[in-house]
Amino acid sequence: MSQALKRKLADPRTGGLLGLAAVIAVLPLFLPNNFYYDVAIGAGLSAIVCVGLNLLIGYAGQISLGHAGFVGLGAYSSAVLTVEFGWHPLAAMTAGALGVGILAFLVARPILRLRGHYLAMATLGLGIIISIVVNTEAEYTGGPDGMTVPSLMFFGRELYGEAVWYWIVGAALLFTVWLSLNLIASPVGRALRAVHGSEPAAEIAGVDTAHYKVLVFVISAVIASLAGSLGAHYAGFVSPANVGFFRSIELVTMVVLGGMASTYGAVVGAAILTVLPQLLTGLEDYEHIAFGLILMLTVIFMPRGLVPSFFTIARNRLASAGAPPP
Amino acid sequence: MTLLKVEALSREFGGILAVDSLHFEIAPGSIHSIIGPNGAGKTTLFNLVTGVYAPSAGRVHFEGRDITGLAPHRLAAMGLSRTFQNLQIFFNMTALENVMVGLHLTLDRRLGAALFRLGGVARKERRARDAAAELMRFVGLEAYLDVDADAMPYGALKGLELARALASKPRLLLLDEPAAGLNPVETEEVAGLIRKIAQSGVTVVLVEHDMRLVMGVSDHVLVLDYGRKLAEGTVDEVRANPDVIAAYLGSGAAGGTHGA
Ligand SMILES: Nc1ncnc2c1ncn2[C@@H]1O[C@H](COP(=O)(O)OP(=O)(O)O)[C@@H](O)[C@H]1O
Ligand SMILES: [Mg+2]
Repeated sequence: MSQALKRKLADPRTGGLLGLAAVIAVLPLFLPNNFYYDVAIGAGLSAIVCVGLNLLIGYAGQISLGHAGFVGLGAYSSAVLTVEFGWHPLAAMTAGALGVGILAFLVARPILRLRGHYLAMATLGLGIIISIVVNTEAEYTGGPDGMTVPSLMFFGRELYGEAVWYWIVGAALLFTVWLSLNLIASPVGRALRAVHGSEPAAEIAGVDTAHYKVLVFVISAVIASLAGSLGAHYAGFVSPANVGFFRSIELVTMVVLGGMASTYGAVVGAAILTVLPQLLTGLEDYEHIAFGLILMLTVIFMPRGLVPSFFTIARNRLASAGAPPP
Repeated sequence: MTLLKVEALSREFGGILAVDSLHFEIAPGSIHSIIGPNGAGKTTLFNLVTGVYAPSAGRVHFEGRDITGLAPHRLAAMGLSRTFQNLQIFFNMTALENVMVGLHLTLDRRLGAALFRLGGVARKERRARDAAAELMRFVGLEAYLDVDADAMPYGALKGLELARALASKPRLLLLDEPAAGLNPVETEEVAGLIRKIAQSGVTVVLVEHDMRLVMGVSDHVLVLDYGRKLAEGTVDEVRANPDVIAAYLGSGAAGGTHGA
């Protein structure tokens, strides 16, 4: 292999994306029935949210404890605007994303000017409010029972069934990962990482820290909203079950486990923590405890998360095995 | 013509005045040192000038414009930069990336271009890497280009702060104890760098305890004590000032015998 090709493949934007595309392409061979497809689609949707959330938490060093609320707002925008107001699904999805973006902006703008963990508290509150609203505004949302959502139409064709949605979600995940990798490898991404590294140093280097914190929060919220809309059309149903505080904690746990400041880590974390509960059926009662435990143990024993730790170990192995430098 | 003008500047912390009705001016094109014992208010003065803290009273003017209370990133855009006494390094990046952050305002910061990698982002990033590498060579850190910042020794991190500050092409550069914790050889290198920076047209304000360094490079010295101006003038004038001899040079604080 030529040096240039090797370097291209080692670049996360080419090699990593090809790897992820290969996994998505091959995975259906190992999915015996629709139940497995459903789990894979769930993992993919969570991964999309986590890639966005990782931009906020992993790269910019800010915390959101309310992202399930943004996913829920996207899902309910698609549901309510199509069913109650007769909007086209794509218009509803876009309006949901816009609305969530504006809401995130309005919440973050005053808060992110302050230092400290105010964002965590504000998003916690916002998530709880969203959860209460979808539960109580039964006239529009169906309340705790939820409501059905029409299928997504694509050039006159109804997008329906696990086999179709697997590829839609797979493509959306690849696209989201590509955007995230691009962003991080740009001056904007470096500014986000600088905010995490040292706000005083970022500022005097010319980085408007408040602006970038608001920006990344809005981006992550919009991604969550779009994933929520996709999920609503896939399932054909929305309910408040996945809008609450615990779901927000699950999303944070996925990001932390997979590896903060690692786009692929967010994907791996989402995949593991979506599949794991399926393997441990019958232990649903302990799911909250298990997630809490995983979060704690990761932070204590592997604070950088699975994927970054794996790459460090692999690199050290290679180095100590006396491999000639590439 | 003055580059920086400080008028009646004060800042209090819990009843004590860390900076107390300070007046001074800095003319462009030279090296100005600010000395004084620990707690004299030197770092607080830098924080007031660079917008980290808002003053309790007084104004700061830069190139004739009132910059009091402006956020640091606005001042960076106007040509002001600094280093930090307690290092402020991006430990989540490589050394080169640290310096590239300093280039932020010269780069393409459009979100769309970043997300979709349009507008020659890749090519511009390569050029930014070259510019940052050049600055690292300038401060003698060419050995650390792709080293993670958290794997670098203390002395190298001091140089990294300097390279990052230079990356924003400041007209006024404030250095807060750039030689603190360095050995005599490294300190001599820093002295050489400061002279080179000043020769390139950047006005330097230096806070430093190492008196040999201060007396060796400074065109002008301001002595602070308890937040107030004790004396001001050329190196020789300050050395001969009886107040300075009594209050500062006579005490154990002189000669850089203590660290940061
Ligand atoms: N953020 C702060 N909060 C409270 N007191 C401060 C703060 N920053 C500085 N001070 C106080 O202001 C005085 C001057 O400190 P400083 O400017 O760091 O002095 P120097 O840099 O000359 O050693 C000291 O008494 C210090 O304790
Ligand atoms: Mg100080």
